[in-house]
Amino acid sequence: MGTPQCITHEHQVLIIGAGGAGLRAAIEAASTGVNVGVVCKSLLGKAHTVMAEGGMAASMGNVDDRDNWRVHFADTMRGGQYLNNWRMAEIHARQAGDRVRELEAWGAIFDRTRDGKILQRNFGGHKYPRLAHVGDRTGLEMIRTLQDHGIHQGIEFYMEFTVLEILMDGDRVAGAVGYDREKGRFHLWKAPAIVLATGGIGRAFKITSNSWEYTGDGHALAYRAGAELKDMEFVQFHPTGMVWPPSVRGILVTEGVRGEGGVLRNSQGRRFMFDDIPDLYKNQTASDPEEGWRYVIGDKDAQRPPELLTRDHVARCIVREIREGRGSPHGGVYLDIAWIKEKMRNSEAHIRKKLPSMYHQFKQLAGVDITKDAMEVGPTTHYAMGGVNVDGQTQMSTVKGLFACGEVAAGLHGANRLGGNSLSDLVVFGKLAGEHAVEWARAHPNPTIDNSQVQSICRAALEPLERSGGESPYEVQATLQDMMQDKVGIVRKESEMAEAIDGIASLRKKAACASVPGNIEYNPGWHTAVDLHNLLVVSEAVARCALDRKESRGAHFRDDYPAKDEAHASHNTIVYRGADGAMVVERREITAMPTELSDIIKEMG
Amino acid sequence: MSPQRGRAERTQDMGEQRQATFSVWRGDHQTGKFVDYKTTVSEGMVVLDAIHQIQAESASDLACRWNCKAGKCGSCSAEINGKPRLMCMTRLDVLDMTQPVTVEPMRSFPSIRDLVTDVSWNFKVKKRIKPFKPRKPDAEDGTWRMYQADVERVQEFRKCIECFLCQDVCHVLREHHKHDEFAGPRHFVYQAALEMHPLDVEERLGQVKGENAIGYCNITKCCTKVCPEHIAITDNAIIPLKERVNDEFYDPITKLFRMFRARPKADRKD
Ligand SMILES: Cc1cc2nc3c(=O)[nH]c(=O)nc-3n(C[C@H](O)[C@H](O)[C@H](O)COP(=O)(O)OP(=O)(O)OC[C@H]3O[C@@H](n4cnc5c(N)ncnc54)[C@H](O)[C@@H]3O)c2cc1C
Ligand code: SF4
Ligand code: SF4
Ligand code: FES
Repeated sequence: MGTPQCITHEHQVLIIGAGGAGLRAAIEAASTGVNVGVVCKSLLGKAHTVMAEGGMAASMGNVDDRDNWRVHFADTMRGGQYLNNWRMAEIHARQAGDRVRELEAWGAIFDRTRDGKILQRNFGGHKYPRLAHVGDRTGLEMIRTLQDHGIHQGIEFYMEFTVLEILMDGDRVAGAVGYDREKGRFHLWKAPAIVLATGGIGRAFKITSNSWEYTGDGHALAYRAGAELKDMEFVQFHPTGMVWPPSVRGILVTEGVRGEGGVLRNSQGRRFMFDDIPDLYKNQTASDPEEGWRYVIGDKDAQRPPELLTRDHVARCIVREIREGRGSPHGGVYLDIAWIKEKMRNSEAHIRKKLPSMYHQFKQLAGVDITKDAMEVGPTTHYAMGGVNVDGQTQMSTVKGLFACGEVAAGLHGANRLGGNSLSDLVVFGKLAGEHAVEWARAHPNPTIDNSQVQSICRAALEPLERSGGESPYEVQATLQDMMQDKVGIVRKESEMAEAIDGIASLRKKAACASVPGNIEYNPGWHTAVDLHNLLVVSEAVARCALDRKESRGAHFRDDYPAKDEAHASHNTIVYRGADGAMVVERREITAMPTELSDIIKEMG
Repeated sequence: MSPQRGRAERTQDMGEQRQATFSVWRGDHQTGKFVDYKTTVSEGMVVLDAIHQIQAESASDLACRWNCKAGKCGSCSAEINGKPRLMCMTRLDVLDMTQPVTVEPMRSFPSIRDLVTDVSWNFKVKKRIKPFKPRKPDAEDGTWRMYQADVERVQEFRKCIECFLCQDVCHVLREHHKHDEFAGPRHFVYQAALEMHPLDVEERLGQVKGENAIGYCNITKCCTKVCPEHIAITDNAIIPLKERVNDEFYDPITKLFRMFRARPKADRKD
């Protein structure tokens, strides 16, 4: 085998990922005049952010003027069961409004209130209507706005390029190596500062709302570069994914359906969410369906319906109904928005206006008219609360010059993310990451590239193409997804997770001898083989962290430890690569909140 | 544990199954041919599922684009039985499954490999279009006021998922290859969104007429027919833009009239 050729590029700040977080970071960095490159696996505008539906949370108080950043902060912390990085929760709550308004200044058009301001809707765990939105296609509005603004900022975009590895110069980053899909050529980006904005890990599971891109690349790149990952046990299973027909299983049904008054029923027609309301939310939840509806239509004295409890809880209630035999024919429960016809005259037009893409999606893919009939839904793997451990202010990881923002970063959401808090997370922390990456790059220019590192990365990547008769990467991926779904899914227990960890080790051996036919140009088999290594790293991290947390909290539920345990109430779980290459799990105490923040929490009850 | 356990149980859950043949274009930027693949299909499947199944079973290097699998990202555009469509939103039960289903790349763009085409031209055209330029904020706090009724038509245009199916079908590009002169329906939708944006103050009609040559469009409406977002491309975007161009450049009286009235651009009557 010869020496693989590498095309070299140079930037002061390199951003990996072109979703909301990466684009916002790039715009910020470019605004300071530094030379910025953005690498992404798909075409511009196709990242996950485009799929976000319900909205972005910001306490602008346009619909209910009792809202402010303090309430948003308290809601976020309560939703995260207080494992959040409180500094991030504070920054996010304070700055989200400015980031939403900035999108408007760049051309976004959110739905409007009667007095011409940005309209805000109800969502689970948010005390007041807080989500700025455009029907149920808010993510499209966000990504297109950032894209259309970003292309005029002098940023260099590398579309359909995949980063394979981060390069190090001692203890700081020096650049990255990757390939382009079209020709399969290798590329080297020299850069003193790198921002990871690669999104999540959903492809580690069988049933997921996530696309092929979500193989945990950023998590794994950071891990292999020596950074710490945090809170990996907290994987959000969204309560409402499609369940039928089989080919659409997992596709998301936005929480906006429930925000607009949709209710959950079991096969007996019972609104089972009223049966189990957690103590933390007792005094914030409607006492009967009538009060719930009043909340939906904006009665300020009403409490929210139990369908709008946090996602972790709603998902578990659904699993309970299904397990106890009260599920729908295809293994879900019913989500009904059509019922609001009892309450409003033009309900069909209203549903189509507020939830156009849900209407479309069910009509076209499932043959169900949601203005007339109930949908069948069940939990789907959706979001990783865990990720790269970053400094709350600068977004720098534990590796110098390596930053992370958006879904790939941990901290803001703690044990459970509130809906709508991700889109705002992307722009708030994307901006900060961009800003601090520039600062770092300016202070630490010209890292040294180690060519032998580059060569060994390229050679390793080529192996699956050079082997023959090995494992099929698709088969290994499917086995992993099945196993993670069954053993490290919504309901977990020690013995199964231990099996999963063994399973991952043996799949790692198979992945190491995977082979793919065909050549190097746009070969999805090869891409899958390469991404497998990342998927295995994040799967192991999820399983090991989940095994270590012997309690149930937020999105992490253990059959063998079904209650919350004070012993676990104030630490995060950290993993990193040990000196011998094995994954080390560590519990780390959360530093106490300053009184000005803990007072807010006390005050909000 | 998941609600569904184990593969066996899941397979039982698949509904009725049968064999089907897909005739898929395989090739690179120079040559290619249709290759037949047989695979098992079941209730509710879409074309993209079949392609994925073929990748997993018999052609691991079959190239295609996709992301959302729900008609939201506009990645999976292709020509299915000769019609431009999103693979993820085309259910097999709307196709004649007694015949092989042909799946080929968009033909108005250069081929890269198999179902993947080089759509970079679209990104270049867009970059040349003048960016959004808002008027001064309406309120002291730097915000604007807009009313739902005034933003509705722009919101229709902003539903565009950049699938480029309209570009694929437009004869000005497909048959006459006017890529150097003509921006194509997608970019008229984009410019209509900017032109009719209540806050935008940029002068755009010169570019719409000149550099983007809206005059080449003879309103065949083929673009509207294929738009998966059901944007009324011709009626709501192209025709009003043509009218504005007309007023601006060929109808001095309307223009004069407008100058005196000095109405904001978004209020112009179409
Ligand atoms: C269906 C759905 C609906 C949602 N609805 C909402 C909602 O209503 N509100 C809300 O707040 N959140 C919502 N979310 C969550 C939210 O959309 C995501 O968490 C968020 O968009 C992630 O943004 P990001 O910028 O971190 O990453 P992404 O938008 O996923 O972007 C990741 C980028 O990284 C690139 N990348 C990854 N790996 C590599 C690599 N190795 N090399 C190069 N590039 C790479 C990808 O190509 C991509 O460009 C939803 C998510 C889904 C799936
Ligand atoms: S209406 Fe105009 S833009 Fe649309 S396909 Fe016909 S010629 Fe092309
Ligand atoms: S206008 Fe319609 S067909 Fe054209 S790119 Fe946009 S969504 Fe696709
Ligand atoms: S995969 Fe996103 S539109 Fe088809």
